[in-house]
Amino acid sequence: MATKSLKARQDALADFNKQLNILENGLFADGELPYFRDKIAESGHFPLRPQKLEILQINVGYMCNQVCEHCHVDAGPDRKEIMARETMTQCLEVIRKTGAHTLDLTGGAPEMNPDFRWFVEEAAKAGIQDFIVRSNLTIIRANTKYYDLPQFFKKHNIHVVSSMPHYTRGKTDKQRGDGVFDKSIKALQELNAVGYGQPDSNLKLDLVYNPSGAFLPGDQAALEQDFKKALKEDFGIEFHNLFAITNLPISRFLDYLIASENYEDYMYALVDAFNPSAVANVMCTNTLSVSWDGWLYDCDFNQMLGLKNASPVKHIKEYQEEVLQNRNIVISQHCYGCTAGAGSSCQGTVA
Amino acid sequence: MANSYYDPADLRKFGKITEWSEELGTKFFEYYGKVFEEGALSAREKSLIALAVAHIVKCPYCIDAYTQDGLQRGITKEEMMEAVHAGAAIESGASLVHAVQMMNKHDKLSM
Repeated sequence: MATKSLKARQDALADFNKQLNILENGLFADGELPYFRDKIAESGHFPLRPQKLEILQINVGYMCNQVCEHCHVDAGPDRKEIMARETMTQCLEVIRKTGAHTLDLTGGAPEMNPDFRWFVEEAAKAGIQDFIVRSNLTIIRANTKYYDLPQFFKKHNIHVVSSMPHYTRGKTDKQRGDGVFDKSIKALQELNAVGYGQPDSNLKLDLVYNPSGAFLPGDQAALEQDFKKALKEDFGIEFHNLFAITNLPISRFLDYLIASENYEDYMYALVDAFNPSAVANVMCTNTLSVSWDGWLYDCDFNQMLGLKNASPVKHIKEYQEEVLQNRNIVISQHCYGCTAGAGSSCQGTVA
Repeated sequence: MANSYYDPADLRKFGKITEWSEELGTKFFEYYGKVFEEGALSAREKSLIALAVAHIVKCPYCIDAYTQDGLQRGITKEEMMEAVHAGAAIESGASLVHAVQMMNKHDKLSM
């Protein structure tokens, strides 16, 4: 398993133009598979347009203590892109005036940003209703300075959304690295201990499941049942919901698909599973994504592909919600990942 | 035409059998879909049964399909292999139980 990002390895795929080139050509240019824009045009969804803005998703940096094989961010300990306090201050101004009710902090490991706690405290004062932190769990056990994170999350009533690819050690460690399973279990138990994830608790703890390979996620409700039963029986762990998220063919997952000769079959699987009813609710219709350096994107995936939003408002410092709401959403063939089967978003299925 | 009897790409075309016999094809796929719904057995249990049977009828398409289906359902490789052994045990048992016939015949013919 790699211990460095594609970027640190100076891999050609670290360049998002190279990724876009793959997604725009090959099977699609040959006419074997339809372009995403043509596919959604069949059901009258092109151009894709935003609905009401509900979620502001801020990526506070690409640094992470893990180097997961499927990571769409190409995150890792070697990534130095970190949101500065100046950009956070610009975000706070937007948080105070946005119509969005949910603030969603992601990374990397968002907790590794040195101003993470300051930002959370300031954003909490701004009165966001639902405050999500996407935690990889192991960060809570990575260093003594993070040991009190469960208490910190509780203090600010943060909704914790945690990655957990499987309820068995083998599948988890294969995707996320040796020892990740045991550390994640310990972190979940600590979150449970302060009240997170308990059946009647307001302290929300949800898990994210990503398939550990070149296949799509199965039925979210059935997977949730299996996860709940196994984690409860084996480790006494409780959580609220499981979000099943499809891996999108970009960054390290694209690298894996190509290296394992699964790329073409995976794209066929995504296109075959295209579900028109998922298109209406894809997350880019209710979410805006902000990068570590303040640029605005339709989603975190577009951010990683360097596809800035198509409105005249490009940066958080010039934020105008009504202008942004009047944009067309930027799409490419990776978007098939969000419309396959029951659909996929950072909040799980959408159809 | 392909140069071998089995082409993995043909699995995606399975639905096309309906084009040459719409009524029978449609009825088959309706039946097939219904069989694998949640029932007295869970869809997960049926997926493992299908995987075992896929090996016993030696259908490469079915093996591909139900290995992938198992992965999607979060079924572990240990569970998959045990299911295949359950099928293989029945298959080898079916051969070996005929040995009783052999023994009977042997004893009948022998002095």
